[in-house]
Amino acid sequence: MRNKILKAIENNAKVDIKDLAIMLEMNEADLANEIAECEREKIICGYHTLINWDKTEDEKVTALIEVKVTPQRGLGFDKIAERIYRFSEVSSVFLMSGGFDLTVIVEGKTMKEVALFVSQKLAPLESVLSTATCFVLKKYKDDGVIFEEPSKDERMLVSP
Amino acid sequence: MRNFLANKVVDIQPSGIRKFFDIVSEMKDAISLGVGEPDFDTPWNVREEGIFSLEKGRTFYTSNAGLFELREEICIYLNRRYSLRYDYLTETIVTVGGSEAIDIALRATVNPGDEVIIPQPCYVSYEPCTILADAVPVILDLKAENDFKLTKQELIDSITDKTKILILAFPNNPTGATMNKAELEEIAEVIIEKDILVISDEIYSELTYKGEHVSIASLPGMRERTIVINGFSKSFAMTGWRLGYAVGPKDIIEQMTKIHQFAIMCAPTTSQYAAIEAMRNCDDAVAMMKDSYDQRRKFLIHTFREMGLECFEPFGAFYLFPSIKSLGMTSDEFATELLKEQKVAVVPGTAFGNSGEGFIRISYAYSLDKLKEATSRIGEFVKTRREKL
Repeated sequence: MRNKILKAIENNAKVDIKDLAIMLEMNEADLANEIAECEREKIICGYHTLINWDKTEDEKVTALIEVKVTPQRGLGFDKIAERIYRFSEVSSVFLMSGGFDLTVIVEGKTMKEVALFVSQKLAPLESVLSTATCFVLKKYKDDGVIFEEPSKDERMLVSP
Repeated sequence: MRNFLANKVVDIQPSGIRKFFDIVSEMKDAISLGVGEPDFDTPWNVREEGIFSLEKGRTFYTSNAGLFELREEICIYLNRRYSLRYDYLTETIVTVGGSEAIDIALRATVNPGDEVIIPQPCYVSYEPCTILADAVPVILDLKAENDFKLTKQELIDSITDKTKILILAFPNNPTGATMNKAELEEIAEVIIEKDILVISDEIYSELTYKGEHVSIASLPGMRERTIVINGFSKSFAMTGWRLGYAVGPKDIIEQMTKIHQFAIMCAPTTSQYAAIEAMRNCDDAVAMMKDSYDQRRKFLIHTFREMGLECFEPFGAFYLFPSIKSLGMTSDEFATELLKEQKVAVVPGTAFGNSGEGFIRISYAYSLDKLKEATSRIGEFVKTRREKL
């Protein structure tokens, strides 16, 4: 049942708990408890709003940085990953297989701000061997959501 | 000038849905719960295969009965999902939607005067196709107290010495009713004893929410007397691709293929290539759509029961068939006045046969937000009608 709940709210955190209880044939209080338990266990790690900032007047720059690092004895990549993800500018950090070690996603107001973060904060870290910064030019789809998809229902109004 | 029209065709009444469609179309801001097709787009991997087939220039005819590769995949799929075993070369035909399969199945099997038992409420084409094939439709009225399932006794009561065919359509449009294995076994006994052929329209087979769908053709003694009709429209959200299929005994499929060959030539080639991908790689997408329909189904049953409208729990397709008898109105009046007053379109049960009187068909192939808005308006309408009683 837990998986069913998680699947149901994964793409719609705003769903009314009363409706969800009906749809999953659960008691409303039990459902609320189960969600709270998932939050405590950090299975549900947060609720975000997916915003297409390109459509606002706010300037926002996202960069994907490929980072090569030296893992530390006994700690592997975790220690250096933590040194990086603690920065508030960093929105995501993933350990990767392949030609580099960490993908670091950084958000800033301007390209200059991001570049300064990389050159002054990220690159000088002791275990960081190299960085390659790629700026995001346009977001087409993020977190499973297509930004520009028209949502008009083009079906006939009544059909057999 | 002479009258060039065929009486047989002129005498057929246009579909009740058509009439209602014309009224709804004039109301631009109406919310509709009247659609008989999925709200999902065809899964992208399937669309992409269609595009790829066009890029490769596969714009030629296929063999009459359909691409070998697709027919083979259909047979693998039917075996995997419903334990049905058919030969893809001789017992399978790809058609232009399930609708064409119904038409040619009837035309290939009836002689003038043969009786075809049609349990109603049902999909709109069975009766006119029977008439066009020069057979005699025998309407069997399914009952709400049986959850719109076909019972053994009802079937026995409709059989005469002219009965040749029974059209069986479960999961059902418009009621959402399903029939499980035990229920099918009961009627199969009669069908075998009376030597009847079944045209089993299983287009909603993937949308079964309690237990697994059982095809009547999988029961002992039924394979040789059943034409199974299925397709891609509902399960894979591919209505516009117009692709269905029929499997059945070799001698019947052979004759159906003859009609198909002369009337249609072959099903659309692009659709056939896309459908191969649907058969091979869409289990997850189908499961996702089914889960989503099931959740909305539960929400709607709860909402209609809260409104005080009687509604049996349908376990198939994507329709609810609540009764509006307690409001003292006909289905037509309910649907027309609801549209006028609250701008919500539903389909009157009578569009699917006279036994649909007193019921309305609600489709839940809509987003939850839309369903909530529409049902809140229907609730308001029901409340005002009840106050007038």
